[in-house]
Amino acid sequence: MAETISRDDVAHVASLAKLAFDEAKLDQFTDQLTDILTLFETLSEVDTSAVEPTYSVTPNVNHLREDVADNWHQKQELLANSPEEAADLIKVPAIIKGEDD
Amino acid sequence: MANGNFETTIGLEVHVEMQTNSKLLSPSPVHYGDSPNANTNVIDWAYPGVLPVANKGALEYGMRVALALNAKISPFIRWDRKNYFYPDNPKSYQTTQSQTPLGTNGYLDVKLENGETKRVRIHELHVEEDAGKNTHGNDGNSYVDLNRQGTPLVEIVSEPDLHSPDEAYAYLEQLRQVILFTGVSEAKMQEGQMRADVNISIRPYGAKEYGTRVEMKNVNSFNYVRNALIYEEKRQAAALRAGEKLVQETRRYDEPTKSTISMRVKEVADDYRYFPEPDLSPIEISQDWIDEVAANLPKSAAQRRQYYVDDLEIEPYDAEVLTQTLAMADFYDQTVQAGADPKRAANYLIGDVNAYLNKTQLELQETKLTPANLAGMVKLIEDGTISTKQAKKVFEAIMDGEEPEAFAKKNGLVQISDTAILLPWVTEVLDANPQSIEDFKGGKDRAVGFLIGQLMKKSKGQANPGVLNQLLMQELKQR
Amino acid sequence: MTFNYFDHDLSDLHQKLLNHELTAQELTQATLDNIAASDGDVQAFLGTNGPEALQQAQELDEKGDFSNPLAGIPMGLKDNLSTKGLETSGASKILAGFKPVYDATVVQKLQAAGAISVGKLNMDEFAMGGSTENSAYQKTTNAWDHTKVPGGSSGGSATAVAAGQIPYALGSDTGGSIRQPAAFNGIVGFKPTYGRVSRFGLFAMASSLDQIGPLTRTVKDNALVLNAIAGFDKMDSTSVESEVPDFTARLGQGIKGMRIAVPKEYFEEGIDPKVAQQVKSAIEQLRELGATVDEVSLPHTRYGVAAYYIIMSSEASSNLQRYDGIRYGFRSPDAKSLEDVYVKTRSEGFGDEVKRRIMLGTFSLSAGAYDAFFKKAAQVRTLIVEDFNKVFNDYDLIVGPTAPTTAYGLGEEINDPKAMYLADALTIPVNLAGLPGLSINAGFVDGLPVGLQLIGKPFDEATIYQAAQAFEDATRWFEKRPAVAEKY
Ligand SMILES: [Mg+2]
Ligand SMILES: [Zn+2]
Repeated sequence: MAETISRDDVAHVASLAKLAFDEAKLDQFTDQLTDILTLFETLSEVDTSAVEPTYSVTPNVNHLREDVADNWHQKQELLANSPEEAADLIKVPAIIKGEDD
Repeated sequence: MANGNFETTIGLEVHVEMQTNSKLLSPSPVHYGDSPNANTNVIDWAYPGVLPVANKGALEYGMRVALALNAKISPFIRWDRKNYFYPDNPKSYQTTQSQTPLGTNGYLDVKLENGETKRVRIHELHVEEDAGKNTHGNDGNSYVDLNRQGTPLVEIVSEPDLHSPDEAYAYLEQLRQVILFTGVSEAKMQEGQMRADVNISIRPYGAKEYGTRVEMKNVNSFNYVRNALIYEEKRQAAALRAGEKLVQETRRYDEPTKSTISMRVKEVADDYRYFPEPDLSPIEISQDWIDEVAANLPKSAAQRRQYYVDDLEIEPYDAEVLTQTLAMADFYDQTVQAGADPKRAANYLIGDVNAYLNKTQLELQETKLTPANLAGMVKLIEDGTISTKQAKKVFEAIMDGEEPEAFAKKNGLVQISDTAILLPWVTEVLDANPQSIEDFKGGKDRAVGFLIGQLMKKSKGQANPGVLNQLLMQELKQR
Repeated sequence: MTFNYFDHDLSDLHQKLLNHELTAQELTQATLDNIAASDGDVQAFLGTNGPEALQQAQELDEKGDFSNPLAGIPMGLKDNLSTKGLETSGASKILAGFKPVYDATVVQKLQAAGAISVGKLNMDEFAMGGSTENSAYQKTTNAWDHTKVPGGSSGGSATAVAAGQIPYALGSDTGGSIRQPAAFNGIVGFKPTYGRVSRFGLFAMASSLDQIGPLTRTVKDNALVLNAIAGFDKMDSTSVESEVPDFTARLGQGIKGMRIAVPKEYFEEGIDPKVAQQVKSAIEQLRELGATVDEVSLPHTRYGVAAYYIIMSSEASSNLQRYDGIRYGFRSPDAKSLEDVYVKTRSEGFGDEVKRRIMLGTFSLSAGAYDAFFKKAAQVRTLIVEDFNKVFNDYDLIVGPTAPTTAYGLGEEINDPKAMYLADALTIPVNLAGLPGLSINAGFVDGLPVGLQLIGKPFDEATIYQAAQAFEDATRWFEKRPAVAEKY
């Protein structure tokens, strides 16, 4: 495995996570993450070649909801909590065309 | 082929909004056209602490599509999260099925313009949630409406089996009809209920590797898809001939210029950090469950057409028209079931009813017409109770929701076929018109028309023309 | 009225309310007074809601229905539980002043029971931390020594109960966040089986690990509170439909013949010898009470921390992406562009530990790392589950220390994240396997409490309570009072 994380990797991960760090913090985080990754790498000692992953321990299967609509009428309270709204819409700085996925 | 020495490869990822009552992960209503954010709650807004619960109806609608596309339904499904930030994506992840899609290995038989049928393989299809809607103001801001957020989608991913813009077009049309006949969506393009992500690359014939791929997202008209592909084929071929290197990029179709415009070049692949969704329980789909969904799956357009032509003896063209929408086909089936003559019922639906829908801009299900009433009118015509001419008034009435028999009676629109009533009138008219009898005997057929006219006048138009004609001829011959 | 929770357990208060020896208003007012007197020292509450609590108490008194064992009795909620109209920030700046528009299921259940919430309790930001020092707002102190940490992340909940401010509190436990602060404060903290209590309304850290549970002074109190909050909730797809027993039913039955396993790995790495000694004598006590005690092995214990930190941070990185400045909470005032809204809001709104875990998780899920980290951790998780299953084939309970040390000094470990992470080694495996786990006071080392951890089979909380209560009855450590109790 021997994964290491460089300063550039940290910066890339930060951009995925929509976080920004100044230079000093970036260095500090690179050191700390490197340290923690050495801990993570101890997992490579474990042979998991024949082991199914466990993503959840819930015994539940097919917990589903019947298709019945129920409007909770929370619109006004929700809009009241939004940082900026206009005409019942959530207002954000312009989405630049091309950012659109 | 159309593009010189290059082979075109097209892949389509089609998203269809499914018309469930409620959203995929919250009970908020799924309803188009309401005021902004009216159909949203704390779950749709991804409030801290909320949890999703998956909609059984949405899953079963997805199963219908899987069945209609001949796909294998996965016995075990885990939902996945697709992580990305966007204002219309409140959780900053989309709940989807990536590792364990609902259906795999399907196919769609597509009728091409040259009459051939081409089998297009479906790589996979899965159920996921739609995003909200952004509108872009000219005040430097964008505005988010989350009404659409969470609407269940089925995404259908084709294998790269399509090799021309026309094939892509035909595939989309055929796919739309198949989906229409599952009853999960009306797939209205103009309302964004069906949208295509298009991938296209070209390569020299015989090349092993696919060419560099260009992607166009969310194209919401089949014509735009075709035009965009035509443009891309040419653009990419011209670039390759000029020795240029193509770049992997996202482009956008521009209708006014019928061209495509580069949006962003993909230097690194997007990293969506998919992982299994721990907030939802996994799903096991038994054969019993599949059978139950299959039992509720409406018959496909193709199955219905075959039945119409073979069993009901409808013209193939008419069968085609009747199966343009599920609503029309269902209506037709119910009309025939209610005892209407299949041909006459078909003619009414294709002719007068369609004309009415065009004129009023209504959907069939929005009118007051019922299969029982249409069948009732057809039966009145068939058994001679009303004339086809009288039927025009009855038709107007049933479009207003009236019951045909009661309406005809109330308005005296009843045809007189009883010879006991008709015979005295015939005798009377013949007695009054000896010249016409002479003319008839002299071989002048016009005389019959005149006599019928007199008789219709006498019956106030209610005489059954068939019966009357027969009676008149019989009496004439005896004179 | 002067009033001291150290003189009364929940059953006692219930009787007094039923007999009209006490009114809900008197009790609520006394509670608010006690909080006012002591919170300067312990800083457990992020906010109190006296007027609403008194109003609710008055309504209860007027109605006069105290049939529910929790009716009319005050309590506190960890600040990551959604309370309609009451500020809930998860101790994060990114939700400063945020007022939820709905109540968590557990809050609804407690309200229906007539419980009176008097305020929201401090915690590590978004429950990330083991000392409550990661709160964006204040530093809670240990009830026994105000220079020491209360543990975390439910530090406010633990200290408030240990200091006698309230008789019980709810906390949440993702890797030990109820049990460890309970241990550091010498009280009873219980993380129920995953799926036993609805998570609807709990600000998610790691969805596959989070559970809500009670912190109380006594075992019976704990069982009473779990009775009120447990049960299936159709709003939580991972809450379990199995029947909820009366968790008090087997209290007092003793532990004769109970088969107890002690994992040798729980006494290996990094454990303070004095803590180990104290826990061993507690285990000896269990043997004397009639249980059979054997040493067993949980061989994958040493990989728990790594597996946990990968899984937890991965899920957390995704769960915390909703804090984006778009729909609620903080939006950076300097944000000019949409990208600013995201990056500035999140960079200014989150504290360092939260950012660190988001970074770890984002990395663990990223394209090149997924198989080696996230998937690998999920596979190791399977092995940890299997370790437990094997032991539970032959034993009723697993017992060991809750934490390797007693409460450490404020500011001592906060700058060494890796050391902090390793401190969770004994509680983490329980969350990975979704098991119920309880911490109970097992005595003191240098004046600070030591926690004994009891781990049970899935949905077998009752056996844990039965054993813990037998231990409590024999030791009565809970009767010891911290100095702060003299304030009332
Ligand atoms: Mg896709
Ligand atoms: Zn999609």
